[in-house]
Amino acid sequence: MANRMATFGNDLYTGKRSFNFVGKRNTWYIIIGALLLAAILIPIVKGGFNFGIEFRGGSQFVVTSVADASQEPAIEAVASVVPEAVARVSTVGDSGVRVQTDQLTQEQTSEVATALADAYDVPVSEVASSFIGPVWGADITRQTIQGLIVLLVLAAVGMALYFRTWKMSLAAIGALLVDLIVTVGIYAATGFEITPAAVIGILTILAYSLYDTVVVFDKIRENTTEDAVKSKHTFAESTNLAVNQTLVRSINTSVVAALPVAAILFFGAFVLGADTLRDISLALFIGILVGTWSTVFLAAPLYSQLREGEKDVVKHDKQVLAAREKAAAAASADAVTA
Amino acid sequence: MAKSTPVKKAWRSLSWLAVIIVGLFAINAAGVMWGGGSWTPKLALDLEGGTQIILAPKTESGQTVSQEQLDQAVTIIRQRVDASGVSEAEISTQGGQNIVVAIPGELDDETRNRIQSSSKLELRPVLVAGTPTDQSVGGNTATPEPSAEPTPAATPSVTPSNGSDLAWVTPELQAQFETFDCASTEAETANAAPADQPLITCDDTGTVKYILGPVEVEGANISDATAGMETTQSGASTGRWVINLVFDGQGTKDFAEVSTRLFGLKSTPPLDQFAFVLDGQVLSAPAMNGIITDGRPSISGNFTEASAKALADQLKFGALPISFTVQSSETISATLGSSQLQSGIIAGIFGLILVIIYTLFQYRLLGMVTIASLVVAAIMTYITITILSWTQGYRLSLAGVAGLIVAIGFTADSFIVYFERVRDELREGRILTSAVEAGWKRAVRTIFASKATNLLAAVVLYLVAVGSVRGFAFTLGVTTIIDVIIVIMFTHPMLQLLSRTKFFSSGHPWSGLDPQALGAVYRGRAEFRKPAASLDPKKAASSAREAGKRQTIAERKAAELAAASHGASTGGDTKTTEGKES
Repeated sequence: MANRMATFGNDLYTGKRSFNFVGKRNTWYIIIGALLLAAILIPIVKGGFNFGIEFRGGSQFVVTSVADASQEPAIEAVASVVPEAVARVSTVGDSGVRVQTDQLTQEQTSEVATALADAYDVPVSEVASSFIGPVWGADITRQTIQGLIVLLVLAAVGMALYFRTWKMSLAAIGALLVDLIVTVGIYAATGFEITPAAVIGILTILAYSLYDTVVVFDKIRENTTEDAVKSKHTFAESTNLAVNQTLVRSINTSVVAALPVAAILFFGAFVLGADTLRDISLALFIGILVGTWSTVFLAAPLYSQLREGEKDVVKHDKQVLAAREKAAAAASADAVTA
Repeated sequence: MAKSTPVKKAWRSLSWLAVIIVGLFAINAAGVMWGGGSWTPKLALDLEGGTQIILAPKTESGQTVSQEQLDQAVTIIRQRVDASGVSEAEISTQGGQNIVVAIPGELDDETRNRIQSSSKLELRPVLVAGTPTDQSVGGNTATPEPSAEPTPAATPSVTPSNGSDLAWVTPELQAQFETFDCASTEAETANAAPADQPLITCDDTGTVKYILGPVEVEGANISDATAGMETTQSGASTGRWVINLVFDGQGTKDFAEVSTRLFGLKSTPPLDQFAFVLDGQVLSAPAMNGIITDGRPSISGNFTEASAKALADQLKFGALPISFTVQSSETISATLGSSQLQSGIIAGIFGLILVIIYTLFQYRLLGMVTIASLVVAAIMTYITITILSWTQGYRLSLAGVAGLIVAIGFTADSFIVYFERVRDELREGRILTSAVEAGWKRAVRTIFASKATNLLAAVVLYLVAVGSVRGFAFTLGVTTIIDVIIVIMFTHPMLQLLSRTKFFSSGHPWSGLDPQALGAVYRGRAEFRKPAASLDPKKAASSAREAGKRQTIAERKAAELAAASHGASTGGDTKTTEGKES
């Protein structure tokens, strides 16, 4: 298998075997467009995202004078009243229990208070309830968005300087936005809670997406600039060859990066039942896969498309095709004479 | 000779790396022995718990706190907490009334002060200065009430012409000043006065009491504040901590005016003095020794390094709109059970084993280099994070743990990029030692470019974002730097050395660098173009497909078939089609 992979890599390198990523771009565009549409429509249809209490605030109960301040009774008590609520329980001091849930109605609040009093065997007067504001306040969101905008602008400028063409920046940022929208859409589709951990997962993906695109684009830059004039390939072919030459790397990297995350997602979250881990690893898992493959299927073809209209590129492509026609004609002439 | 140079270089890199790692361990060992360090990184609130502080606003009876004020206070407190390190505190409002701050670890006085104090800074000119009398100190049981009352002085008979005009000191004010007790400044809101009225107060040690003129420059006009060592005019350090202020445009203008006026009163002390008043107490009241027009004064006082830094942060982020008192402060357990961290670690190890299997499968023994590199990276990351949690207050949250697990992917990718480049060079027919050097030259450029992107993301998010996002950016930055160090100082030198061993240079099938498997033996470097040329008809077909991208699927299919059957003629078609389009 490893041998086969090496041969596969070899064939991809020489071009003996080649996947037409650039040429079939319209197919990819349609698939990606459909994904995007779904990622945008699902949240609308479902009525938004399931934000955690860190974003929306919620109800808080504090049980005091508790003999045994363990966390389980509280989780069960909340579940007995509002089964779908996620309760965050911590002990406060020696004899207090703090329970935070999604915002509850007046009626649910008093029911949960009674249930908690029963669970910890204290009078209802020892249970205080109040509203707790968001930990992730509007100021954090604002600062994060500001940071993202500054980052995208700087990254775009940086890439434009490094690759000496703004078109690579445009294609990379385009792929990045797709990664972001699709990953966020998955949260709406699965109904997983968006917690601060999930947001951090999404930010990681953003970094990963840019990173991956730069790796592949660097190979494209090498193929299309180092011997641009004497190359026997059209611009689209050179780009496609670069994507194919880095394909083994793309496969290996996405597998290596996704494996530990997949382990956390499936093993950690579903078998061991760790909710926070599930929230963050979902973003990472989807993001790593989408991030890697959006480079191959979107960023590279998009870049090629942006460049193909350029005068120099058109001229060179024409020369290549003309030379190819000549060679073909000579070959067929040979065939006729033979 | 020429052959030994890369080997020497490789050994030098490896030695340096060893020196760096030993150095890091030594730093941490020093920290453990003398500086309160530890051999394990500190954990964040979600994993370890900490202290929950409930802050209640200090308001006069009947006064209510608006949600807006609370939100503003939360923002300012968060910035202040963030400025002290990367500890990821949780701050929120409760019941539309209180602010709840949860910080990991214990609450020390400094942090408490940093969070709680309103830090309203005012610059007022000094009108009268005097020593507090013993009588008033003793009399604090008798008359604390009148002095605690922030009664504005009765209107002066003559309208004062400026802030330094002694007409502000009315007989009533003078009388209040006489009886004023410095001990009462400790009490709550004792010494507050409207900005346009004079204020009676003491300095923070209670040794001097003042009548101060109306506010000339406000803390809101500070654009930046930093703590630093005081320097004399010759540039020598005096060893005292001061806070250097930078005013904004308005502040600079106002301060220049006051400065000019006070300098003119040089002959009549204490009228040439101005006071920095923080929350009603005078921090320092220096005399104006020159006209300051650049808006960069500094405050001296009884500061330690820590208190100077804390105050600088407070001033920089602005005063709280309301004052708070700590209503309760209790320990709080971790929000995530210890089982979550355990699950995470088990899952992480499971994932790592999968990565190891896959890598060995893909790269055979070369995979061992990846694994060794990852192990060295892990050791370095662990010790770095431990040091940072000691020096910078960094704390590892569950999100941070997940970030570190993803970093495995980022780090492994550097090796994958590098190995694939070396393989590419082998395919071109190079011998292994030269393939390693040539592959490295190309790979290192890609690695630098892509890691720079990550570092950019880390730096920007660290500088701009707040709260847990900052913690994330910090982790990303640290792992990226370590990753680059490892690939340059460990992976590449290792490969340089291994490429000289018989096992790898002979291209053993298990080495992962078998030229035969990579298809290089069949053609030398000169012949390399041959397979590329042989693929041209196929390539032409693919460009025909591109050209036909505006055709329907059926048309395209037909074109493809045509291309397959008469490869040669399609090449011509393509040319004409493309020509028309452009």
